[in-house]
Amino acid sequence: MGDILALLFNTAVFGAALRMATPLIFAALGGIFSERSGVVNIALEGMMLMGAFTAMFVSHQTGMPWLGVLGAILAGLLVGLLHAVFCIHYRANQVVVGTAINIFAGGLTVFLLRYYFGAAGTSPSVATIPDITIPLISQIPWIGRIIGRQNPLVYLALIAVVVAHIVIYRTSWGLRLRAVGEHPRAADTVGVNVFRMRYLAVALSGALAGLGGTYLSIAHLSRFSEGMTAGRGFIALAAVIFGKWTPYGALGACLFFGYADALQMRLQDIGIPTQFMNMLPYVLTMVALAGFIGKSVGPKASGQPYIKG
Amino acid sequence: MQSRLKTIRWQGIATPLVAVFLALLVGAGFILFVGENPLTAYRILFMESLGSVRNIATTLQRATPLMFTGLAVAFAYRAGLFNIGAEGQLYMGAFAAAWVGFTFTALPRLIHLPLAILAGMIGGALWGAIPGFLKAKLGIHEVINTIMLNFIALYLTDWLATGPFHGGSWVPETARVSASAALARLYPPTRLSSGIYLALLAALIAYLILWKTKQGYELRAVGLNPQAAEYGGINVAKNTIIAMAISGALAGLAGTEQILGLHQRFIVRFSADLGFMGVAVALLGKNHPVGVLLAAILFGALQTGSAAMDRLTSVPRELITIIQALIIFFVAADYLIRRILRMKEEA
Amino acid sequence: MDTVLEMRSITKQFPRVLANDQVDFDLRHGEIHALVGENGSGKSTLMNILYGLYQSDGGEIIVRGQKVDINEPRVAIDLKIGMVFQHFMLVEPLTVAENIVLGSELRKGPFLDTKRAIQEVEELSQKYGLRIDPKAKIADLSVGLQQRVEILKALYRGAEILILDEPTAVLTPQEVEDLFKVLRALRAQGTSIVFITHKIKEVLSLSDRVSVLRRGKKIGTKATSETNEQDLAEMMVGRVVLFNVEKKPAEPGEDVLYLDRLSVKDQFGQVKVKEVELGVRSGEVLGIAGVEGNGQSELVEAIAGLRKTAGGRVFLNGQDITDWSPLKIKEAGFGYVPEDRHRRGLVLDYSVADNLILGFHGKKPHVRGGVWRDDKAIEENAEKLIEEYDIRPPVASQPARSLSGGNQQKIVVGREFTQDPSLLICAQPTRGVDVGAIEFIHKQVIAQRDRGAAVLLVSAELDEILSLSDRIAVMYNGQIVSVMSREEVTEHKLGFLMLGGRLEDYRAGEVNGHAE
Repeated sequence: MGDILALLFNTAVFGAALRMATPLIFAALGGIFSERSGVVNIALEGMMLMGAFTAMFVSHQTGMPWLGVLGAILAGLLVGLLHAVFCIHYRANQVVVGTAINIFAGGLTVFLLRYYFGAAGTSPSVATIPDITIPLISQIPWIGRIIGRQNPLVYLALIAVVVAHIVIYRTSWGLRLRAVGEHPRAADTVGVNVFRMRYLAVALSGALAGLGGTYLSIAHLSRFSEGMTAGRGFIALAAVIFGKWTPYGALGACLFFGYADALQMRLQDIGIPTQFMNMLPYVLTMVALAGFIGKSVGPKASGQPYIKG
Repeated sequence: MQSRLKTIRWQGIATPLVAVFLALLVGAGFILFVGENPLTAYRILFMESLGSVRNIATTLQRATPLMFTGLAVAFAYRAGLFNIGAEGQLYMGAFAAAWVGFTFTALPRLIHLPLAILAGMIGGALWGAIPGFLKAKLGIHEVINTIMLNFIALYLTDWLATGPFHGGSWVPETARVSASAALARLYPPTRLSSGIYLALLAALIAYLILWKTKQGYELRAVGLNPQAAEYGGINVAKNTIIAMAISGALAGLAGTEQILGLHQRFIVRFSADLGFMGVAVALLGKNHPVGVLLAAILFGALQTGSAAMDRLTSVPRELITIIQALIIFFVAADYLIRRILRMKEEA
Repeated sequence: MDTVLEMRSITKQFPRVLANDQVDFDLRHGEIHALVGENGSGKSTLMNILYGLYQSDGGEIIVRGQKVDINEPRVAIDLKIGMVFQHFMLVEPLTVAENIVLGSELRKGPFLDTKRAIQEVEELSQKYGLRIDPKAKIADLSVGLQQRVEILKALYRGAEILILDEPTAVLTPQEVEDLFKVLRALRAQGTSIVFITHKIKEVLSLSDRVSVLRRGKKIGTKATSETNEQDLAEMMVGRVVLFNVEKKPAEPGEDVLYLDRLSVKDQFGQVKVKEVELGVRSGEVLGIAGVEGNGQSELVEAIAGLRKTAGGRVFLNGQDITDWSPLKIKEAGFGYVPEDRHRRGLVLDYSVADNLILGFHGKKPHVRGGVWRDDKAIEENAEKLIEEYDIRPPVASQPARSLSGGNQQKIVVGREFTQDPSLLICAQPTRGVDVGAIEFIHKQVIAQRDRGAAVLLVSAELDEILSLSDRIAVMYNGQIVSVMSREEVTEHKLGFLMLGGRLEDYRAGEVNGHAE
């Protein structure tokens, strides 16, 4: 029993949980912005993948990982715009377009990988963003071991959550965003440009998901490998729902999912199959949707194209 | 009036063709990007997929699972449901078929094979019925639930095949299914299995259900106008569950065919997006069984040819994945064009 | 008094209707101008054009002497025009203050100045006597309070011209009184108000002037003091052109349908039908007259099993069918022409033949062995009904979508009538139908009556009610106000009752009218 408790509250596990959660946090924030504006985004997976590849590629070409971060944001943004054009402008089915983007990103990243780096399913090792130590915090006994020394992107993710919360709940842009996703016509009648809001939100969504991908290829690992997001975009989507479309809620969900991820290897040793831990986010999300743990209800206009007049 | 109808019908066939053409055109850009001649690459693609009986057999083998998943997505779509959970239903069906295949080894082939196929259908049907039930009874949209169930099925079968039913080797797979449950190979050395007949039969049955039965009348009415269906005494909730169960059974058959025909054991994560490709196949095939068969063959051909293109030129075979995605984009954008046409008609 | 707004010769063409036909309208400073007319007369369209939600196809708008081009709401807001919509434009999860400032937020840098917003909303609500908690969530407010938020939204934007689209439709009588007090106070402070309604009593008690629209055309504008209920009713309803339907006197039998204190709620939980008691006998047409939205739709849907009842019972041929499934009710001998054929009555993408079996698709001869469609029988059924009901073009395989409104309606009528139901409900049976088809459908309704069916006819068209019914019930505000035999009824009296007048007052009005 003591062993299990020691395991569950192990600082190394908490540290790993935070790292596992980081890409999820970025992507989930992206999902929140998109869904809040009324556009369903099941393309987070593909956007992350594009970000992961671009980050690796730019870092490889320039040797400057931070340029890679910038490139990944840009790549995510472009994919976001692609999603936006089809969903908002052409009023195409948002789920179909999302599916297409996921397939497209899966194909394009491997296409480019093999074109630039030959046959293998993995890129060469590239320059990564090194971990940093936060002077005072790292001295704090227990907590310091968890958050005292981490990758800058981990800290950035935590900051992004706070910023996203402030943007959504404290700024006029955020107020308009929430209005557009709930009742676009109401927003329209008070002069809010529904289309512009949605374009911005979906582009931002792509940029954030791209940033999430960055962490995988040039921070967590130092290379890109085929399909390396491995469903994290969908876990992020689950976190959005589980966190009831709020940044702090999603943060909690991501940390929990990250924690489950970090624990799985250790739990396997005591007989709990890793696959059960892997399943957890998805099962919990379904339970949440069914209303068993406080009903999750998304933005009302989510998934519906807005038609003026 | 008659000629306009003909125009609309013609557009129904023309738009997928245009979408494919545009996708190949953009694909040519990618080929140029890697410094190859698009015409050369496409010729190889064509010859290596359809240029000989053997290549055609391989193409059909690749097309078989896509026929099933395409039918699955199309069938649900006809009832107004978006099943992007074919991937998960496929895994559940596959495992159920494999389990029957390696467990009841003493059965004669005449019983064993049909039983394994039936198990595959039931596995997929039950997995599909879950989101159908949640939609019918709690009003939860099927898209999120089917996505979640995809991953749950993936990990569940992963655990089953590496845990309780692990085959014993170092590979993550179950034991082999006994020969009495295996689908026959039709054209060795290609791996085309008699599953293709099953796919053609499934298309025929899907067609018959949808257009020749009372049940199909109800399903399509629910898909086209649920309020009118309700007015017509049709139980919308019941039909939602039925549609998802049948759709799931079709996806389950895709897995069944892959297990009993191709792999002859359950291999963890064997699918490689066959379920998601079903969305593309259904969309391109205009959600009609015949269209689905043709679209699946096209995708099968692209995949078959891509291996040779990869080998003989410097174009990576993932070009085909890109083209498949582009086809979805163009077909999806076509909805806009059709909506404009329809609006004009109403005015 | 100065004119603050003039709309000249406004025309708006929708795909199938001319919603506004060269309408003139003007509004004076500090007046309440009532804009009245039946549903579909073009009132809301005119005001949506003024607010920039629709673009007119012709005409011009002059605000405070300036010709303006209002192509989006933003422009209207800048011109100090505010609108309170019938379906509130409020974002439910947001607070009162957030809804009020949305689009014109008070900011400190990029941040919302929530404190000042709450303060300003409080000040505003005090100034106009519209008490509200700025921090409350919209979803937690009553309908009356939500409307208050809508008015505050407009005032917050400095609206000097305030449009209210059927503001009383959703309010309780007490809330209506409160609203009127507020509007009178606003008028006293110089706000010019357009008040859209179809309730004549409201017009008389509130407005300074009144304009009447009918079928997209302006009928006239009068000072309220120079008009009266009868006068307005006539302007709204117009001269009734009676269709000439030949029919024998009815020979009614027993009650086929009997409603025992039936109550029904709408999807928002509001009671729309209040303890209605009504019987319809075999061999008669009972017409329910009433302005739309007074509970007729909910009443009919509850009988058909498409809406759960909230109290009372429904009896069909003596059998309690309350809350049965639509299929079971149908099989008990019920035919139903729904008010909206596109939404309910037809699957537009189905062929004419398939639409002609909707609801009977599981019965012989359309199905063999309970499973298989009998295409030949379905085709024969279609050929027969196409011929009998003169559906054009006579092509069974054509999608219903491609037929004209009249022919689409004949599909529904043919399908329902041919089953010889003992109870037949026809809701707005000739809406959007050409004159030839109207006559045809009317004849068929009478034929059903003569066959012995009990026919319940719901229509917003007075002439239809008058020419087909043997007895007439008037529905107002969820209740049946009176049931009269056809002979007792005049169009005039009916119009008066439909608009919320009471039978006693009508008689008094008649006496006065003669005395003058």
